[in-house]
Amino acid sequence: MIRYIIRRLLIAIPILLVGTFLSFVLVASLGDPLAELRSKPGVTEADVQALAQSLQLDRPIVARYWSWLTNFVQGDWGTSVALGSARADVYSVVTDALVVTAQLVIFAQVLALVLGVAVGVLAAVRQYSIFDYTATSLAFLAFSMPVFCVAIILKSYGIEFNNLLTSVGADRWLTTAGPPTGGFSGGFGEVVFKYTGTFLLPTLSLMLISFAAYSRFQRASMLETLHSDYVRTARAKGLSQGRVIFRHAFRNALIPVVTLAALNIGQVFTGAIMTEQVFGWNGMGSVLVNAVRQYDPNMLMGWLVVVAISVVVFNLVADVLYAYLDPRIRLG
Amino acid sequence: MADVTTPTTPGQRPATAPAGGKASASHEFDSAKTRTQGQIVLGRFLRHRLAMTSLGVLVLLVLFAFVGPLIWTFSYEDSSSGSYLPPSGDHPLGTTEVGKDMLALLMRGTQYSIEIALVVALLATLIGVVLGALAGYLRGFVDATVMRLVDLLLILPYIAVAAIIIRTVSGSWYMVALVLAMFHWMQIARITRAETLSLAQREFVEAARACGAGTWRIIFKHLVPNMIGSITVNATLTVATAVLAEAGLSFIGLGVQLPDTSLGVIVSENYPQVVQRPWLFWGPFLVIVLISLTINFIGDGLRDAFDPRQTKVRA
Repeated sequence: MIRYIIRRLLIAIPILLVGTFLSFVLVASLGDPLAELRSKPGVTEADVQALAQSLQLDRPIVARYWSWLTNFVQGDWGTSVALGSARADVYSVVTDALVVTAQLVIFAQVLALVLGVAVGVLAAVRQYSIFDYTATSLAFLAFSMPVFCVAIILKSYGIEFNNLLTSVGADRWLTTAGPPTGGFSGGFGEVVFKYTGTFLLPTLSLMLISFAAYSRFQRASMLETLHSDYVRTARAKGLSQGRVIFRHAFRNALIPVVTLAALNIGQVFTGAIMTEQVFGWNGMGSVLVNAVRQYDPNMLMGWLVVVAISVVVFNLVADVLYAYLDPRIRLG
Repeated sequence: MADVTTPTTPGQRPATAPAGGKASASHEFDSAKTRTQGQIVLGRFLRHRLAMTSLGVLVLLVLFAFVGPLIWTFSYEDSSSGSYLPPSGDHPLGTTEVGKDMLALLMRGTQYSIEIALVVALLATLIGVVLGALAGYLRGFVDATVMRLVDLLLILPYIAVAAIIIRTVSGSWYMVALVLAMFHWMQIARITRAETLSLAQREFVEAARACGAGTWRIIFKHLVPNMIGSITVNATLTVATAVLAEAGLSFIGLGVQLPDTSLGVIVSENYPQVVQRPWLFWGPFLVIVLISLTINFIGDGLRDAFDPRQTKVRA
């Protein structure tokens, strides 16, 4: 298993290298990051030249990529060149944003997985029941709704709900501005109150689409195992319905869904970007949007690499989990 | 109306049947009609109630988007109406801040969104089928290259790459469609490759090769017709994915740029009004959901129709 993981990581390295090089060329073609600076009054040509030199804009692209890469692997991700960013360190900006986004993604994924699996199993066990039809219709509906629209609806009616709370004299509960940078303060009850208020709506909007996918997938996989020979054997042995469903069918039906959840991470990340934009969080979404708008090459590269590495890692997790859960699969 | 549905009179039959004693035999064959694969699939699809209803709704939406602007009194360019008028007989969905009729805008946005989604689906299917079939049929170096390309595109976050390309080149609708297509063919390529790998081992492919058929002839004449089911289903589902992807990209301001528009652009311009003027948000929202929902249902119906194990259709 260890050998397999190491081999997979080694295969991923050339792909990541090609990926980062292509991204580098793409980012470099985005435009002149100093155009805005040049047009600003009071900026001398010498200042611009100095900055251009430090960004190595005068060198060929392969040389620039190489020096970016050598710095990057040593932990120096460069600085932002956007105006007003005070030359912020890319590493700290991107990692801070990643922490915010990761919290949202993890909450939403765990919730979607638990609910999706539960609903999927129930729908399969009671196939063609009212519950099954309702779950199927809801899943199709959720699947067809853009994440940002769900977020918009939840946010606006969340604000209405807050107004209702204040009108009866209670405190505002739902906040829509993202988690505070310093963490939550106050007693335990207060922290829980603030935490749920901050995360409830964004998590709900992000989990909905994953939940739909997982419940459909779990239902299909559960139906397949319920009709398999070994489940019929288990029934024939006289095992109870509950034991057949949970010990024999459920455990095997879980495998594809867990894999799907790990593979799905890229899509969930995209959804998180939309959700953050609606709720005004300072996560990976706003870093990306600002970096693209302001032609900020180092920031974009840092962002792309962090996301690409996360996807590689989660794909590997998916394969390893698959082998771990299903003894028929031997990785080598 | 009754005479319209009257079946062809039996009297016409003997005219086409060969003369002599064999006429009755050919009559028996006629009653157990042989149907082609296409007819069987079409028959199953037509009996799929949910898919047919969805198709009807989708056709209405397409008419709304493409024929609607020819009939509707207001143009999307006309900003002479008052700002933020509530819904009325003149403006069923009210007007926007600059005084444009929301219904006219919605028709135009739907038009662009449908065009983008269709281009994405066609292009992504074409790229995916060609590359996937080549990889599965030729194997070896071609296979390795194509699959590494798939891996590469799957780890690059499409939203960032799309945003950068669109920012650099232009935010016109076909550019957005091209960029989205670049990132939506991988799934189809993987499925096509997997099916090709197993189909390529079959005798009929070997026979074709023995007859001297070249790679392209084998792929397009022998392999593709045998996996038309999964290709059609996935192409359909890609349309739904593309509608949502385009809307999302445009919503965060990195997709379609004015003067072109789309449903995502309309939502992003009007969503702050969702509580005071809900009609400005719910109109475009409902259209996005309807397009994507109906296409998902149609895809589901097609999947059932193409499934050879399916004997009767449940709606």
